[in-house]
Amino acid sequence: MSENITSQRVTGVNGNMVSVAFDHSVTQNEVAYILPADGSRLKGEVIRVRGREADIQVYESTTGIKVGDPVELTSQLLSVELGPGLLTQVYDGLQNPLPELAKQAGYFLKRGLYVYPLDRTRTWDYTPVAKAGDTLQAGDTVGTVPEGIFQHRIMLPFAWTGEWTVTWTAQPGAYTIDTTVAKASNGQEERPITMVQTWPVKIPVTCYDERLLPSETLVTQVRTIDTFFPVAKGGTFCTPGPFGAGKTVLQHTLSQRSEVDIVIVAACGERAGEVVEILREFPHLDDPRTGRHLIDRTIIICNTSSMPVAAREASIYTSVTLAEYYRQMGLHVLLLADSTSRWAQALREESGRLEEIPGEEAFPAYLESLVAAFYERAGLVRLRDGSNGSITICGAVSPAGGNFEEPVTQATLKVVGSFLALSRDRANARRYPSIHPLESWSKYRSIVAPDKIAAARAMLRAGSDVNQMMKVVGEEGTPTADFVTYLKSEFIDAVYLQQNTFDPVDSACGAERQAYVFDKLLAVIQHPFDFPDKDAARSFFLELRQLFIDWNYMPWKSPEFQSQETRIDARLNA
Amino acid sequence: MRKVYHRIIQISGNVITVEAEGVANGELAEVRSPRGTSLAQVIRLDKQRVYLQVFAGSRGIATDSEVRFLGHPMKVAASDALLGRVFTGNGSPRDKGPALSDNLIDIGGPSVNPANRIIPKNMIRTGIPMIDIFNTLVESQKLPIFSVAGEPYNELLARIAMQAEVDVIVLGGMGLKHDDYLTFRNTLDEHGALPRTVMFIHTASDPVVECLLVPDMALATAEHFATAENKRVLVLLTDMTNFCDALKEIAITMEQIPSNRGYPGDLYSQLASRYEKAVDFETAGSITILAVTTMPGDDVTHPVPDNTGYITEGQFYLVNGRIEPFGSLSRLKQQVNSETRADHRALMDNMIRLYAEYKEALEKQSMGFRMSAWDEKLLKYGELFEARMMDLSVNIPLEQALDLGWKTLAECFTPAETGIKSDLVKQFWPANQQA
Repeated sequence: MSENITSQRVTGVNGNMVSVAFDHSVTQNEVAYILPADGSRLKGEVIRVRGREADIQVYESTTGIKVGDPVELTSQLLSVELGPGLLTQVYDGLQNPLPELAKQAGYFLKRGLYVYPLDRTRTWDYTPVAKAGDTLQAGDTVGTVPEGIFQHRIMLPFAWTGEWTVTWTAQPGAYTIDTTVAKASNGQEERPITMVQTWPVKIPVTCYDERLLPSETLVTQVRTIDTFFPVAKGGTFCTPGPFGAGKTVLQHTLSQRSEVDIVIVAACGERAGEVVEILREFPHLDDPRTGRHLIDRTIIICNTSSMPVAAREASIYTSVTLAEYYRQMGLHVLLLADSTSRWAQALREESGRLEEIPGEEAFPAYLESLVAAFYERAGLVRLRDGSNGSITICGAVSPAGGNFEEPVTQATLKVVGSFLALSRDRANARRYPSIHPLESWSKYRSIVAPDKIAAARAMLRAGSDVNQMMKVVGEEGTPTADFVTYLKSEFIDAVYLQQNTFDPVDSACGAERQAYVFDKLLAVIQHPFDFPDKDAARSFFLELRQLFIDWNYMPWKSPEFQSQETRIDARLNA
Repeated sequence: MRKVYHRIIQISGNVITVEAEGVANGELAEVRSPRGTSLAQVIRLDKQRVYLQVFAGSRGIATDSEVRFLGHPMKVAASDALLGRVFTGNGSPRDKGPALSDNLIDIGGPSVNPANRIIPKNMIRTGIPMIDIFNTLVESQKLPIFSVAGEPYNELLARIAMQAEVDVIVLGGMGLKHDDYLTFRNTLDEHGALPRTVMFIHTASDPVVECLLVPDMALATAEHFATAENKRVLVLLTDMTNFCDALKEIAITMEQIPSNRGYPGDLYSQLASRYEKAVDFETAGSITILAVTTMPGDDVTHPVPDNTGYITEGQFYLVNGRIEPFGSLSRLKQQVNSETRADHRALMDNMIRLYAEYKEALEKQSMGFRMSAWDEKLLKYGELFEARMMDLSVNIPLEQALDLGWKTLAECFTPAETGIKSDLVKQFWPANQQA
């Protein structure tokens, strides 16, 4: 081994790409360490081999590396550690726990400092499930430990192929993750099973029985999404929008309000400040569904924009692999990736350094297939024990110039099931969430009946048409009936589409409440009004809007909620 | 004594290539030519070939000019001796003071660990209603002013700097006109802020490559004051578009594949690694970054403002000498505007929404349509809004500005027409106003 370590030498440095001459063999995508003179050990990944030279993408700053520095090849693909204790953690793109790095290195990140992702000393209350003599396959449950509110399944490692017979199991008790809790044999060899396993991040975990069609709505408590552009558990959706359109606020709302078991936030190449809000607030925010704190169901993968670019590319894969691990326990996972454009840009930088022939806007030609492969790791699956688990992926997209024609948005639209177009115009007019009601679409099932949705959408479209026309012929040239159509569409927008995410009541609008309020809304837009003139119509709708907005701020089914409803009915039927 | 290399095998743009051994990536070198001595930095290694970016430019460099490697990357002498001084992009004195060499620290250091950051919580009061009410500036924010040539962006930058309560001001000037530099210096001097200011100035006539160093020098200095001395630091960077153009120049010289309008594919990462230095610490000081980004052709989709907008925590649009309500944004305002006054948020949102409707009414009017009673109200409101809120000469504290906001609404509308929650109306609607 030691001979192998010293025989590879650096031959060139270009940005974060280091070329290495090797003698023996090299595996594509294997992890390598550069050993510069200052004694640090810099992690990288082999991304190209040409002749006797390999190109390594280094996850760290390459300052100080010299030609001739030794390189260590590991023959391992970039992997993550999977085991109890992942929840509540904050990792960088390579699964280093950031709070632990802070303890060791202080204010700034230190190059070449790597820390175990999981706590080696903490003990977990292990309960065996499989018995000696049971036959298991990869991903089957060996035992469980409680992790927060979940029964964390210790599974037969995903990488073990074929059938394995359990030969020994540990007694129930408190063990560290490295303790052998069972042994299994495949007839040729017997291997120990601990609570921790590793898995290469770029390869999907497929230890389930079959993939199912996503059908159940994932309730996000955002009215525009659940009612008009719903998302299914196991589905995929994207939120493209120019800067300032409210992507981040929407992602935060989703991470807090979505009715799923586990949320994985992948802050990929975005602002550090946004992660800090999650980091500092989630430990104190109550999760109304479990009575615990939001952080207890959250994992944060944080490779922000100023952290090394190559690790940004890895962070997307790290986060989806963790999602697959928890799906394998029969849990419903929501992965929020903010932003997939930054990931694509990392791919572009890498491709540029390799001097590949560029595709559109210098993105690599294989961008589309990589984007598709990432979203395909979402899905609803039935596990071998009959339970279901799902991964729902929400990708934020940051199109250059807010133009949806650019390659990343287009590659994403091809593969997602729901498209939430964030609009700068709506954001400028402070109509939040700025999801555009006419441009967005969804292929999933809403919590409201399709014919009711169709009626509301028709009204929104008709109102928009009237508004366009009014810009040409003016208000006085518009018939009162058309003007009322316009007012009705504005009414839907003001009281239903718009939602105050900073208000504790309005921001959490459950499915039941949405369906109820939507019926009331429908009653208004289908009501045959007869106004003497436009000013009368306008003042009526302004008044009704006020009543509805106040209603939105009242707790569901509270006495004030009911009395406000009476007031609305009275005004409507006056 | 370090080895001196005499054979330059390639000179292309501001990048020279020599054959040398034992050279580290990022290392500094001195290039000595008949024209003088310049610093240079290693930007690429390929076997024996070493590519160096020459700060003073390659003009006048001969193939037999001397290259001497210094064995360390670019550093800045971080100490209190910096205060009140003016330097060039590469850290040599621009004023008549001595060169500094104490406590040298690397520039362009690693990122702050996100786990060490805290949620920003201190509002920076500016006395400008468009900022204080609508786009509140927050300590540790990174915020650019988007503008076009001819707008008073440097004046606005200086005015905010003077009014903000900070301990240290670091000014990084890139491609600055010499007059603008003198104006900055005089303004700081008039307000007595010069002794707590450090300036790194690259003027339009200086070598382009030096421009690339300015943000890193300024931010490394800021990090020193924030972490070693617990100071609240305000960094002013003007104009970041010049910095990006310098990046473009080097990338093209190095034959990198351009991504968009000739800018390198890593423009986003390059900008982010600078802007992300803005930070607030629990146990140390803070860094706030205010920058100027001029938009070529007033086009916000140009790669520089576009990438900047995705990185920074909002932006101020400076148009016709006013901060535009549309497009201007402070992403951190939510952190502080719930603490100021109960009506702050509601007033902020609804006044802008009504102003948007005013703009529509204005458009209708300009097309010759008859104005409805509602339109008339909007027109009245819009004019008052522009005079009382948007005019940059207005200088009043936040609370007064909020009261003025309610007064303006009450002069134009009935409470229901504003769309503000009823309980706030009850509390703040001026008592003796007729709609």
